[in-house]
Amino acid sequence: MLALFYIFIGIAIGVSFWQITRIMNLRDVIATDEDNRKQGKYSLWFMAFFYAMMIYCLIFMNVIMLPESASIEGEHDDILFNITFWLIGIVQFIMQFLIFYFTFKYRGSKERKAKFYADSHKLEMIWTIIPAVVLVVLVSYGLWQWNNVMDLSDAEDPIVIEVYSQQFRWDARYAGEDNTLGLGNVNYIKGINTMGVDMSDKNASDDKQVTELYLPKGRKIHFKFRSQDVLHSAYMPHFRAQMNCVPGMVTEFGFTPKFTTEEMRQNPEVIAKTIGINKIRKSKGEEELYEFNYLLLCNKICGASHYNMQMKITVVEQEDYDEWIAEQPTLASIIK
Amino acid sequence: MSEHHHKETFVTKYIFSQDHKMISKQFLVTGMFMGMIAVFMSMLFRLQIAWPETSFTIIEAFLGSHQTNGVMDPDFYLALVTIHGTIMVFFVLTAGLSGTFSNLLIPLQIGARDMASGFLNMISYWLFFVSSVIMVISLFVEAGPASAGWTIYPPLSALPQAIPGSGAGMTLWLVSMAIFVASSLIGALNYIVTIFNLRTKGMKMTRLPLTMWAFFITAIIGVVSFPVLLSAALLLIFDRSFGTSFYLSDIFISGEVLHYQGGSPVLFEHLFWFLGHPEVYIVLLPALGITSEIISTNSRKPIFGYRAMIMSIMAIAFLSTIVWGHHMFISGMNPFLGSVFTFTTLLIAIPSAVKAFNYITTLWKGNLQLNPAMLFSIGLVSTFVTGGLTGLVLGDSALDINIHDTYFVVAHFHLVMGVSAIFGMYAGIYHWFPKMYGRMMNKTLGYWHFWITIICAYGVFWPMHFIGLAGLPRRYYSNTAFPMFDDLLQINVVITLFALVGGIAQIIFIANFFISMYRGAKATQNPWKSNTLEWTTPVEHIHGNWPGKIPEVHRWAYDYSKRVDANDDDSDYLHGQDFVLQTTPLLEGEEQS
Repeated sequence: MLALFYIFIGIAIGVSFWQITRIMNLRDVIATDEDNRKQGKYSLWFMAFFYAMMIYCLIFMNVIMLPESASIEGEHDDILFNITFWLIGIVQFIMQFLIFYFTFKYRGSKERKAKFYADSHKLEMIWTIIPAVVLVVLVSYGLWQWNNVMDLSDAEDPIVIEVYSQQFRWDARYAGEDNTLGLGNVNYIKGINTMGVDMSDKNASDDKQVTELYLPKGRKIHFKFRSQDVLHSAYMPHFRAQMNCVPGMVTEFGFTPKFTTEEMRQNPEVIAKTIGINKIRKSKGEEELYEFNYLLLCNKICGASHYNMQMKITVVEQEDYDEWIAEQPTLASIIK
Repeated sequence: MSEHHHKETFVTKYIFSQDHKMISKQFLVTGMFMGMIAVFMSMLFRLQIAWPETSFTIIEAFLGSHQTNGVMDPDFYLALVTIHGTIMVFFVLTAGLSGTFSNLLIPLQIGARDMASGFLNMISYWLFFVSSVIMVISLFVEAGPASAGWTIYPPLSALPQAIPGSGAGMTLWLVSMAIFVASSLIGALNYIVTIFNLRTKGMKMTRLPLTMWAFFITAIIGVVSFPVLLSAALLLIFDRSFGTSFYLSDIFISGEVLHYQGGSPVLFEHLFWFLGHPEVYIVLLPALGITSEIISTNSRKPIFGYRAMIMSIMAIAFLSTIVWGHHMFISGMNPFLGSVFTFTTLLIAIPSAVKAFNYITTLWKGNLQLNPAMLFSIGLVSTFVTGGLTGLVLGDSALDINIHDTYFVVAHFHLVMGVSAIFGMYAGIYHWFPKMYGRMMNKTLGYWHFWITIICAYGVFWPMHFIGLAGLPRRYYSNTAFPMFDDLLQINVVITLFALVGGIAQIIFIANFFISMYRGAKATQNPWKSNTLEWTTPVEHIHGNWPGKIPEVHRWAYDYSKRVDANDDDSDYLHGQDFVLQTTPLLEGEEQS
């Protein structure tokens, strides 16, 4: 089979060389009316291909998209995204039509004379002002939402969690009863104190270190990120959340989970995507079926296993969360 | 310039030449060679993305110790994407594009005998050559070339413990880039000085062709921003080799705490993107300038809104230096800064939109001569619009949170700067090939080249947006670790097929280029019936460009299809033909445009 493939490639290369030398013998080099006619027609054909592809992707790739935002803060992201996407979609369809249709419509010929049209202040004003107005609207909404997401000061009773990154794993630390994280620094890393928590800090003793995130639905989560070695980025696409983890500093992000993992599994978009994935998995002979889970991924190039640096996130009801967090041992009980 | 003609040897004519036309060809061929390497690399890593961990003979043959049984190592995957990006952005689209056409066209289009300093011009090329050689050598060091992404963010790029490519490979990368920056700066200063001082009589700034404006402004952006990259690289070299802590702090790696205290990678990001974003326009503006010229010539129409085009180039150039933070919305910098950068970023969409509309209006009611150069220019407008529009999504900080560093970004910048600039470069080569080599390129091959390339470019990058919206991060060696991305694999296979066909199809261009150089049809003096000064020089290259006096300029560059009666489209051409050379004096009573 492979041999056939190589033979095929060999023949293809041979034929192309033969064709290229044959074509190179043609001496006309400047587009004639005949060329303009042909290329104008191809431009229409290309437009048809391009539109077909754009529309196909827009319709049939809907199913692979991320489902609706799983955080309350992310709702406006989705709305803003939809507005922007519709807008640029419409502009794209009009502009591309004009480009390729004009190429066809005004293809050159001996009979045609181009219009001498060098300037129109009116037109230029129009297409300076319209984009400007549209952009002002988009920017205003965008900035309002940006402040909305990034401002963590007004949250009532948030749960403080530290997400800690290193090549190539994530860990997390809950702030415990006092909801205040003990200080951390790489100098304290020793033995099982893998996150470098300063155990002499009184806030540290009730902290709880875990390898998977559990979040209660409806509570604001205040994340603080640290990195031990290189840049990482904590990317939680379902929650429309992302923040870099930077060695030497603490970065922050916050959101409020809106659906539990179980609820999200019942979401029609998620069901459709899951069915699609499992169809593919079955056809490849994978035993294990895919089940929806929230994930935290690394999204900043960090080394060889960057592509496999993940942590599972489970969103549960408040009661289940309380039960789970109570089961986790405090740092003081582990690190003596 | 050097009026005294001394005897030229092979070495002074072809190697250490100080003639701008020869230097431009040197830039072009070096850029094309680097481009071939980079395209080949992208084809290799596309194989891995579409068929992860599958054995390929070609990978076994080319990757040496960086593969096992024909499967590339994850480290080397990162090396490939890093070097692909570096070569494409700097070596092909900065030096290859700007270096080639600035050198060729600036003296020819403004009416000068040569660049202001032929010697510095030669130095600029040879520094570029040396930096290219070092970059290529870095591919062969034992631990592999730089692999921290083309943005080389520390600490990853600073610590060999973090990734093997950050050893000798990274050192060579930094040295190569430092030399590259020197080359760029010398080139850019030369361009600026030449355009300011050596314009021929009558060539006012407002009569310059738009190519000149684009190269001029590009050179200015380069002078403003490239030195910052040099300082960023120098500080990184200090951190790597002399134990300083500009970018590093509180690091625990390979079981030990490193001594670095008080630095911040965010500083590097600021410095890097202070060049990195203007760099996008350093790449793009020359392509847009070339397009303006070619669309106007081949539409047989004046470029629409000449002054608006200049204003938008200037606006883009100014804004490009104050938007760098949009690469860093989620870097941990103050969210307020993010707001400011969102605002400036979306502002830049306005002059860009003006340019796109002006191109389309130039096509309107034209008499389009669909030469390969024209098709590539039209293709550029198309990809520039497609890629530019998604910029509205990415530039909005609130939306960027979720698609930052995903394939959506990859699709966006490849269309708006990668494909667009490459199209501009191709357009320029097809258009000015007769000026460079005295022969014409074959148009049939040019047509094949164009249609295959644009179909493949969209076939690769349009679906890629959707993979990004599905949440797939870029620079992942494979997606198999995440079942949630299993349904993206088929799309990746399609993308890879388009990429392979598109990559291989560039052979058509290479063949056309080199065969035409020796066997192409002989060029006439003004094959495209263009107005600009370069077409008044003889086909055979001579030192000093014009045999006699440098011609005087009497009008702007865009008097195509000028009529007797400006309001009557059916009236006769004022000058009896649909183009009027810039050297033609105004007729009695003729209005200046």
